[in-house]
This record gives sequence, C-alpha cells and structure tokens, in this order.
Amino acid sequence: MASIEIANARKSYGAVDVLHGINLNISDGEFIVLVGPSGCGKSTLLRMIAGLEDITSGDISIAGDVINDLQPKDRDIAMVFQSYALYPHMSVAENMSYALKLRKTAKDKIADAIGNVADILGLSALLERRPKALSGGQRQRVAMGRAIVRKPQAFLFDEPLSNLDARLREQMRTEIRKLHHRLGATSVYVTHDQIEAMTMADRIVAMHDGIIQQVGSPVEIYDRPANIFVASFIGSPAMNFLEGAYETTADNGDQGAGIRLSDGSLVPVLPAQGASTNQPVTLGARPEHITIVQDAANGLPARVDLIEPMGLSTLVHATLAGKPIKIFTMDRPDYAVDSFIHVAFDMEKVHVFDSSSELRLPPLTEPHTGHSD
Amino acid sequence: MTLTGHTTTRKMLYWGSHYLMIAAFVLFALFPLYWLLKVSVTPNDILYTEGVRMWPSRTTWENYTFVLTQSNFPHYFMNSVIVAGTTAAVTTVIAALTGYAFSRFAFRGKVIIVALMLITQMFPLVMLIAPIFKILAPLGLTDSLTGLIIVYTAFNVPFATFLMQSFFDGIPKDLEEAAMIDGNTRFEAFRAIILPLTLPGVAATLGFVFTAAWSELLFALMLVSSESASTFPVGLLSFVSKFSVDFGQMMAAGVLALIPACLFFLLIQRYLVQGLTAGAVKG
Amino acid sequence: MTLATHAGKRPVERRGVFSKKLSGIIEPYLYVSPALVLILAVMLMPLVLGLSYAFRDIRILNPFSGGFVGTAHFETLMSDQAFLGALINTAWWTFGSLFFQFGLGLILALLLNRDFVGRRLIQALVFLPWAVPTFLSGLNWAWMFNPVVGPLPHWLTSLGLMAEPFNILSDPDLAMWGPIIANIWFGIPFFAITMLAALQSIPKELYEAASIDGATTRQQFISITLPFLAPTIAITLMLRTIWIANFADLIVVMTKGGPADSTQIVASYIFTQAFRRLDFGYASAIAAVLLVLLLAYALAVIGLRRAMTHADN
Repeated sequence: MASIEIANARKSYGAVDVLHGINLNISDGEFIVLVGPSGCGKSTLLRMIAGLEDITSGDISIAGDVINDLQPKDRDIAMVFQSYALYPHMSVAENMSYALKLRKTAKDKIADAIGNVADILGLSALLERRPKALSGGQRQRVAMGRAIVRKPQAFLFDEPLSNLDARLREQMRTEIRKLHHRLGATSVYVTHDQIEAMTMADRIVAMHDGIIQQVGSPVEIYDRPANIFVASFIGSPAMNFLEGAYETTADNGDQGAGIRLSDGSLVPVLPAQGASTNQPVTLGARPEHITIVQDAANGLPARVDLIEPMGLSTLVHATLAGKPIKIFTMDRPDYAVDSFIHVAFDMEKVHVFDSSSELRLPPLTEPHTGHSD
Repeated sequence: MTLTGHTTTRKMLYWGSHYLMIAAFVLFALFPLYWLLKVSVTPNDILYTEGVRMWPSRTTWENYTFVLTQSNFPHYFMNSVIVAGTTAAVTTVIAALTGYAFSRFAFRGKVIIVALMLITQMFPLVMLIAPIFKILAPLGLTDSLTGLIIVYTAFNVPFATFLMQSFFDGIPKDLEEAAMIDGNTRFEAFRAIILPLTLPGVAATLGFVFTAAWSELLFALMLVSSESASTFPVGLLSFVSKFSVDFGQMMAAGVLALIPACLFFLLIQRYLVQGLTAGAVKG
Repeated sequence: MTLATHAGKRPVERRGVFSKKLSGIIEPYLYVSPALVLILAVMLMPLVLGLSYAFRDIRILNPFSGGFVGTAHFETLMSDQAFLGALINTAWWTFGSLFFQFGLGLILALLLNRDFVGRRLIQALVFLPWAVPTFLSGLNWAWMFNPVVGPLPHWLTSLGLMAEPFNILSDPDLAMWGPIIANIWFGIPFFAITMLAALQSIPKELYEAASIDGATTRQQFISITLPFLAPTIAITLMLRTIWIANFADLIVVMTKGGPADSTQIVASYIFTQAFRRLDFGYASAIAAVLLVLLLAYALAVIGLRRAMTHADN
C-alpha cells in the first residue's frame, strides 16, 4: 500500500483546460471519493493516476516516487472500470489471473490467490464461466476480484457501480467498504453519485469545472460545505437556496443577524464572518433544517405545492418568497395543495453564502478551521 | 369476414409476386454459373449437338482430368494461391495495425492519412500500370510473384484498413486499458486482448483481400510475362486465346478458379452487409 | 515491479531513451507506417511518375525514347478518333451499367428486407456473382453469348429477336451490351448489399408510428424509406460511377475493346496502349486526362449536392 500525492497537476487538450492545477495528498490506506457532475474532470484525474492519460504539467507520485513517465503497467495499481472491462474471451479465473500471469507468478501461487479472492467475493462456483454467462452483479464482482488478486499499491475505481440497479448498488457499496476495511488498501473512487460519496468515503473530494471545491470527511462536507456548489451537490433532497440581503440586528442587547428575503420577511441567522449589512447573500437551508410551525407568529408563510410521501419521512414542497422550497418532516402531514403553512429555519444549522463569490460565510462562533484548498 | 378474405387475397398476391421476383433474381444470378458447370461436364462430341439442352445426356470428368494433369493450370493455381494467400495475410496484418491506430489514437496528420487512403479508393488504378512496371522492372520485380504481392498488398491496404477499423471501433477501449493496467504494453494488449476479439473481422478482411487478389487481371497481365509466374487469370486468358475451341476444358478450368473464391465468399458472407456499410464503399 | 518506498520524491529512473510522453507521440506512427510507406511507394509515387510520363516519350521497345515531348501527347489525343470514341463509350458503358445495377439492386434489397422462409440462403445465392472473379465473369458471359456453346443467341432467335443465332460481341452496334450485361450481373449484389444495410438501419418504430398514423405502404416508402436511403444512394452512386468508369477488366476479357473499337472505354484504351503497344508516354497522357475528368465529375457532384442542401435549408 502507498500514499498518493498529486502536486499542481494540470490537463489540457489543446487549448481546452480540463484540470486546473490539482493538489491532493492521499494517505496510505485512505478511501478517497472524487465526486462531481459529469465533465468536472474527476475521471480524467483518475486516469492520470492510472497512466491512461498524460499529465500536461505537475507531478503525481505513488509511495513517494514521481510516476509521470511510467507506463500504466509499471505503476502497480489496479483499476475497476464502469464497464468492468472483463476480457470476453477468458474465463473468470483467467480474467483474474491475467495480471499475475504477466508477472510470471508461479502457477500454484496464482491458484491460491484466486481461490482466496473467489472465496471472499463468492465467485468460487463461477470460475470457469465466461463473462457473457454472468449477471451484472457477478461481473462487477469479477472486476473487483481481478483488482484485488494483484495486491496493488492502490485501487482506482471509475464509477464501478453505475451500471447496477439500485438495490445491487446499495449492497455493493457496503461490500466495497467492508473489503476496504479488510484490505486497508489506498483507494481512489470516482462517482457522480453523492450518496456513494457520503457513505463510502474517508474523505470526499468535491470537484467542479476542473477545480477541487472542497476536501473533507463526509460529515464535514455535509455540515460545512465550502460553497454553493458543494452545498447543492451533496445531500438529497438538495439544499434550499433563498436570495436576500444580510442584516445585523440587536435583540435584547445580543448581537444578532438575519437575511431579508425578497418578500420582506426576515430569517434570523447566526452572525456570519465577514458579512456586512445589505450585502447580497444566499440563505442555504437543508430540508431537514426547516420546520413547520403551528404558531403563525413564529414562522414565515409558505404555500403548499405538493406532498411527497417517502415512507420513513415526508417531503413537503412549498413556495416561500416566490421560491420553491422543500421541507423534510417525520410527521405525516395532510395539507391541502395551495393551503398555507408556516415554516421556521433552524438558525444554528442554516448557512449564509456570499451571493457573488458563492463562498460560505461561516458563523462567528465557528472555529476558523479553514477548509483545505 | 369479406374484409379478412380480401386482405388474405391481397397478401397472397403480394407474397406470390415477391417470391416470383426473388426467383427471377436467383435464376439470373445462378444460371451463368450453372451453365459453366454444365459445359464443363459435357463430353466434347455432344457439346455442339446438345448446345442448348439444360443437361447433357452423358456427363464426363475428362475435361477436369485434362486440366488437372495435362495442362499448366495446377501450376497457375498454385501461383494464384501463393499470391492471393500472401497478399491476404500481409494486407490483413498491415491493415490491422493501421485500422487499430485509426480507431484508437488521435495523432497529428491522421486526417491527411485517412484522406489519402480514401482518395486511393477512387482513382483509376489502371493509370498506374505503366509507372509501376517502370519502377518494378529495374528491381527485378516484374515477372515475379513477389512483385505482384507487393502491388496487390498496396492496392488492398486502404479498404482493408477501413474494414478492420470498423471492427476495432466495436470493441470498447476499456479492454486494452484494463490490460495495460494489468501489465501489458499497448502493443501486447492489442495482440493478446483486442486481436482475438476481432477474429471475425480478421476473417472477413482475409476473405475480401484474398478474393480481390485472386481476381486481379490487368496488373498480372502487364507485370507477368512467363508461364512460370502466371496467375490463374493470366493462364486462363492465354489458354482461351490459344485453344479457343476447347470449351469444355476452359470451363472446367473456370470452375476450378471459382472454387476458392466461393469458399471465401461463404466464409465472409455473414459480414458482407456489416463490412460494406462500416468500411468505405468498394466493390 | 518493485517500487521501493523511500521517503521523498524522486523520479523513477527512465527506461531506455524514450520517456512515456515521447513514446506516446511516436506510437501511432509506428502502427501506421507500414501502410503509409506502401501506399506512398506503390500508389502515390507511380501516380506522380505517371503524370510526368504524360509529357515524355516513353516506349519500352524503343531504347532511344525517354525524351521530353511537352504537350505533344495531348495534341495527338485531341485528334485521336479512337480516344474520342472511347470517351463516348465510357459514358455509355458507365451509365448503362449503373442504371440497371442500381435499379435492380434496390429492388433486390427491398425484396430481401422482408422476413421470409429461406431468406438467408436466398441472400447468399443472389450475392454469389459478386464473389466470382471478374475475369471469370467476363469469360463466362462471353461464352454465354457465343452461339457455339452459349444458349443466349438461340433463345433470342426463338423469341424472334434475332434472325439467326450470332454473337452480339462481334457486332459493333450491339457489342457494348455484352460487357454491360456482364457488369450488371456482377454489380447488382453490390448495390443490393449496400442498400440492404441502409434499409436495416432504419428504425422499425418509424414504420410503426407511420402505420398508426394511417400511412399506406406507398406513403411509408416515400416519406420514410427514400429519405433514409438518400444519403447512401448519393454516395454509392458517385463512388460507383467513378469505379465503373475505371473498370476495364470485363471489356478487356470479353471484347478487347473491339470489334473496331466499338467497346473501347478510356480505361481499357490506357491498358491497350500500355500493354499491347508498350507506349507508356501516350498511355499516361490518356490516364492524366481521365484523372482530370473524374476529378471534375467528383467536384461537380459534390458541388451540386452542396448547392441542393443549401437550397433545402
């Protein structure tokens, strides 16, 4: 196993810059998830680590060695592809043993390694089959097995679960996590699915337009998103955003703050670092941080648009200050469409973003940890 | 009820004429070949008296035995097998490499090379007859099978390349990337993973090129002058102009020339539609 | 592969002369070079050489030839009746063959595009002529037209189309039909295969949608099939025109351009000049003219198509 360091790595195709100076240190044994919408450069970065794409400038090192000029085969990494990329003309066993054979590993050692991995992944009965005769989930396992057998310095995953149906995906998520605990291998996992990122990562790297937006643990990213992009990308149902102007208030001598929405109503927030009165800001509130209140005096009026029962909970779609918002509730509300409810924001949990830079303005009370990059 | 009856009649009429037309096409396609076969097994003495009979009253293999034992045809046949076989093999190797590069790499000058290859598909090869003769003569490559192989290979590489490319395009890039991560160089991955998956394409390309080289006449006529280097078309044509009365023997030789072409046709038949749509358009 | 895990960053020692980047740049050319060398040496170089021959006196049997003659060959060409005749014959040969190859090929493709019992076998049978070596097609049809062994003259006589069985290949007025018919026989499969491939790529849902909308079979053909086939038809017709115009094999085998040059096309005339008279200079001059004509044709067709598509928009 090994650490991976990416120093100021750039990638451009002709005049088009795909990655703008990526800096990232992945420690030994860490499970890193690169997440972002398609076209954000996450797959390109992964393929640069694998050696499948040239590095335009900058350095990528594995275990302290700069590997820019090494062929993929000399980098001692394994990769699981979205399409699985199983060799169709080889059996499961041959697929898994191909890399070992190329390294001239002794036959009995290969057999041992394959038997072992097949046991772990429940593939023992399928070893003689061709990929064509396997289900999607089984193919996915073989692709995993092919990577594990090699005991590489690092595992690279390129959206390995996106061809599976929802139930299987959930199951494999857990399995990959368990495998990682067991093998402790450095892993870089690319996905566009924020749930995968949240559930699997030691650290999430959120990317957008070829730039790393934020690096942090799932909880950190969820609770303290660095900017509007990360806030909107992570979390489902997505965060609500309401534009307004920042105001400071004095209430009973305590310094307070609020955001004046377009309809004139004021949402109280914690005083934010670097925010000044009348500064255009965006209020960010996750659906679970808005509550429906019975007492009209304590809430803002919102019109109900749709009730979406989700089993465990219910999602209420409503319009507030002319903007659609979603409210998460564990109750079983039965509001009529177009009726009015009153909602209150959890002052401790909502976020204030600067509308022009889109950066989060953390509350004065939050220790200034400073998100990396 | 009358309505259904009406549609059934129309349907029967339609399929009746459908099959009739199909039958006409099949007849038109096969009759000349049938006639070739018929004359080749007709004994000489009844050839003219039974000229328009659909099948002779007696049949004989003597035309074939003559062609196979008394004539130079076995020699021509061998020459053609060597030329067409080598051309097919060499062309397919070169076309596989080039087709793979076209399918997988983006590189400077690619557009120009592709355009160059497309243009060669359109220009009159007969134009090149004189200059190629002049170039090959001092190299000792006229009147030699090697010369023919080189010329045929060059002529067939462009089409074969586009054909192979279309097969490579159908194979996901991920496969050789996986192999490269598993420990292959790109070329090893191409040989060990991609090529085995393109075997149908390789077979189709071999077949196309073999048939083309087997059939080529004009350059063979120009470049070959001796009996010893004659290919089948050249031999048959000189036979025709020398012994133009021995129809039975000529047609027996013709049937023999048909055999390898038909065998390859059966081999590639399945890929015809795919190959011609995918590759460039050449007969 | 052993990557020692020392601390600190250092580049792994480079293998050989090439870095990964450089070998990555060179690699595609390694794959392409055999084909490229071959095409340059055997096609492009002779082409350039051939064009230079057009201005030189090159006769293989005359050791004193080789001198520069300027445009003398082209001046001779202008008054060469055989060449002018060959130009007309080329047009006749090309469009006569093309019309029937295309028409019958399209009909065959439409017939084969329906599912019926034995379709695969029938398809293999009707495509067979395409696999027959061209020299053999030529010889075979020459034999078919020969009243001594062929049935065709006798049938035509029975039908009353011929007074008595004779070989049309020896009649200057009719001889061109011989190679044209052989060419039709040989060329139908090509069009059928191409059209069939194009037909099979038309999404079935389109026809389903059209029939739900109440379109008749004829309307479906006009509003769906033809528009979908049009691009394939346009490109194949253009390429095929050029290909047939250059296709001398059948004529060389069946008539050698005769009788009395009545079947001589430009391509077979080039071959005759080079092969029989060994006059490479003159042959190359004809070839140069042919190349220019074909180029003009291709440009005209492309220009016409562009003008038409512009008019559409």
